[in-house]
Order: sequence, then structure tokens, then C-alpha cells
Amino acid sequence: MKMFNEDLEKQLKEIFGALKRDVTIALFTEPGCLTGEETTGLMEEVVAMSPKLHLVRYDRKVDAAKAAEYHVAHVPAIVLLDASGAYRGIKFYGIPAGHEINSFIPALLEVSGAESEVPKEFTDRIAAIARPVDIKVFVTLSCPHCPGAVQKAHKLALMNSNIQAEMIEASTFEELSRRFNVSAVPQIVIDGTKTLLGNQPMPAILDAIEAEAS
Amino acid sequence: MNLDLSFHLDVGLGTKPKLDPDALHDLLVVGAGPAGLNAALYAVRKGLDVAILGKRRGGQLLDTSAVDNYLGLDDVDGEGLSERFQKHLSKYGVPVLDGAEVVDVLADGPHHVVVLSNGETYRSKTLIVATGSTPRKLGIPGEDRFAGKGVGYCAICDGPLFAGKDVFVAGGGNSAVQAALDLAQLSRAVTVVHRSTLRADQVFVDRLTTHPKISVLLGTRIVEVTGDAAMDGLVVEDVATGARRSMKGDGLFIEIGHLPNVGPFGKRLSLSEHGEIVADERGTTSVPGIFAAGDVTDFPYKQIVIAVGSGATAALSANEYIRRLQS
Repeated sequence: MKMFNEDLEKQLKEIFGALKRDVTIALFTEPGCLTGEETTGLMEEVVAMSPKLHLVRYDRKVDAAKAAEYHVAHVPAIVLLDASGAYRGIKFYGIPAGHEINSFIPALLEVSGAESEVPKEFTDRIAAIARPVDIKVFVTLSCPHCPGAVQKAHKLALMNSNIQAEMIEASTFEELSRRFNVSAVPQIVIDGTKTLLGNQPMPAILDAIEAEAS
Repeated sequence: MNLDLSFHLDVGLGTKPKLDPDALHDLLVVGAGPAGLNAALYAVRKGLDVAILGKRRGGQLLDTSAVDNYLGLDDVDGEGLSERFQKHLSKYGVPVLDGAEVVDVLADGPHHVVVLSNGETYRSKTLIVATGSTPRKLGIPGEDRFAGKGVGYCAICDGPLFAGKDVFVAGGGNSAVQAALDLAQLSRAVTVVHRSTLRADQVFVDRLTTHPKISVLLGTRIVEVTGDAAMDGLVVEDVATGARRSMKGDGLFIEIGHLPNVGPFGKRLSLSEHGEIVADERGTTSVPGIFAAGDVTDFPYKQIVIAVGSGATAALSANEYIRRLQS
């Protein structure tokens, strides 16, 4: 079943006109993984809309080396690679449908080099993060505030190679959500320990990362 | 699983409208919900130089699932309606500063200066305060401790996390009933707890009382949220007898009304006993040149259509005020 109707497809093609360089979507699935089929379908539709977008499909077990290279811990996983094929620390676990299409499309643009501006007051703080940071953002597809949190986490990863950021669709990854006590979204988890609730502003996320370091 | 795509037009193009910090605007609208968006629409059509300073585009509409009472649009959800509002307004090129939080408002002769949290300041002949409201809390033990660990304020967001579980909804108005109906789609059982009688629209009440998964507990006050690592239940009190008992459950969604977001305007403008900005039927506040609209005001009935209407009123009043200044 096609997910994009004609109207949406037209809008997206227009938006994809802003893609600067090529982006490769590395999609990891596994036979029988929950929402793997829908996710594959969605990705196929997306890459068909622009010659700059490419899809490479991996099986997490068969392509274990690739999975390790991109730190893929669950499936389905979407890893975005830039024009040089480099992993930029941006992942989606589970299908970025529903409201999450609004974090997925901007991520494609950002990785292509069509980058959004970050206020100067934050750029120095982001650049100064010198240790590895892992940001998980738990979402549901019916949550309008969630894409904002995912976008911020991904932006951080893009701006500093020490940071990895992933969206996690909580309904698909129930066990993981339970482990992190997710009962409200968005929930931002930094380094597996520090939890922020809600679509927090950039300074709050940076505060949490910096506090963790000290 | 709901796999529809809720796509926003303005997504990720990275183009942020710039507002000239040195310019003297005709009107700055603070707030980007229904009242603010409609105020901007009316103002720009009157030829005013107008911009919106908004914290969250769409406002509380984004937290609303079905909107069944907006005339002419009987099949739209809150977000869809918000998108239509924005699309309509975008035809006129009104600059919208997103994520803009006003932290101070100062007088500059006859004009007004607003200060944003990032330090930027903007000047204007008139202001419309349409900053809306935020969900009210119960103020009971356990509520804060279990926030995000069972206690929630956005049923459509968090509903999927309570699939197959037992949840409570506190409140008796339209939002509470709507939340209960939303949650009942996935939850095992939903209990609506309210201290008096239901004041939701009869069509909502009918859907509620006939729903097989929903039970309603009236004349009952929630006095505590209990649990350990996460919430595991409530202590409730019968309002008439004072008898208390524990109830088991995994989640509590609080829909008991809202508190007005008066922010820094509270120290400049007269407020009602409920802390709302006092505005007359023209949206005029206690300070000349500052108007108010929507849920932040003391207008009765917090409804989308009323917020929209009051936004138009405030814009037309601001327009008249500016014309009077010039004559």
C-alpha cells in the first residue's frame, strides 16, 4: 500500500529539490522483524522521489560487520549516510511514520548538506563536547511534540562526531521502552542514565550532557 | 499501528524568517495558537506590519485529537486544523518567529518593547497577547514524582504506551472525555474520575457512558498517586462521605482545565481572580496599545472557535488604535 498520496508526493518532491548532495539510507532488517516490511516500503517510496536518495538494504545478522560499524543494536534500523558514505551518528529505530515523518525528512536534508542554522550561542557549546555521548529519543507516532526532540538530538550528532542520536519508536521496541521506564513521550535519555521528559529546548539538552560529563 | 503520515509543510527547509530588530512594527502578536494566528490574519489584511512571536506553532490545538465542534469542519483533527490555519496565513507572508519566548515587556514612550529569552528585543505600536494556557495540575502527593512514570498530560502522545493497561482520567469536561475515548482505543480499561458531575457536551457524555471499556466515577476526588518505581494506583476519596480507598492502575491522565500563560504580562496588565488577563469585549486590556485574545484572557469558555473570534476582535481593535494614533 502506498503511504504517500499524490498531494504529499508533490510536496515532498519539491522539498527534496533542496537536497544538496546524495544521501544513502542504510536499512537494517531481519526476517520477521516487527514493522520491517512497512519500513522497507516507506523507504522505497522515499528514495523513488529523488535521484539524490539511495537505499541499501542489510540483514543485521548476515551483514553483521556493517551493523557493528553503524552501531545497529535493533531492527528495523535506518542509518543515514552522507555523500561520502560516512555514518554521521543519525539513526531511526522503527518506522518514522505518523508524526515522525517530520523528523525523518529534515534529517535527510541535513545529512545532504542542506543544513539548518543553529544559533551562535549553542555552536560553541556543542563543539566543546569532547567525550562520546549517546542520545536516545523515545517517541510514539501519534505524538506531535516528538519530532522536535528527535530533530534536536540528530542535529547535535551531525554537529559533533562524538555524539550519536537515535529515534526509538516505543511501541515497536516495547522491551527497550520498559527498560528505560518510558511512559510518556518524547523521553530523551542521555548515555542511558539521564532522562529528560518532553520536547526540551536545546539549552536543557546541553545542560544535561554537560552535567553528565562533570 | 497507525501508519498515516502527518506531514507538515514547513518542515526542515531551514529558512527562518528574520525580524528587523530596529524596526517599529505596527503589531506584534505573542502566541501562535488559534487566537494569535487569526489575529495576524486580520491584521495583515488590514495592511498592518505584523509578526508573530510564538513558542509553539498551533498551540494547544496540537494536543487535541478530534475537533468535532468547529463549524464547517466536521472531520478535522487538532493538528489538521492548525495546519489549515497556518497555510491560510502563509499566503500573506506574515513572519512567524518559532520557539520565541517573551520574558519581558517594557514601555518605550507610547510604544512597547518585548524581550525574548535569547536577548532579542522587538518594538511595536501595539501588542496582542495570545499566549494561551497550560494544563492545570491536581497538586496532590505523587503527581510530580510519577510524572512521566504513569502520570501524563498528553493522552494522544502517550496512549500507545498504555496499550492493554488500566488507566485513569481526571476531569469531567470535554478534554477529559476526549482523552478517555482516545485512550480506550488501546487500553484495557479506562476510568474517568471527577469530583462533581460531568460538564462535557452531551454528545461526548453519551459516547462515554455507552463505551464498553470506560467506567465513570463521579463525586470522587483523587487524593494521591501511589507507586514505587512507577505509578501503580490512586487513592480516591468519596466527596460526600470522605471515605477513602485505593484503586490499581498503570496510568493517570490529568485533564482538569488550564492555567493562563500570562508570563511577564502579568506584572503590567490587570488580572482576574483566576489569574487571566482582563480584556473587554474589544480585547482591550488595562494598558493602552496592549490587547489580549484567546485562552489567556478572562473570556468565558475556552474553545477553539472562541479563541479564533477573539483574535479577530483584538486585531481589529489594534488596527483602530493605530489609526487613532495617526489621526
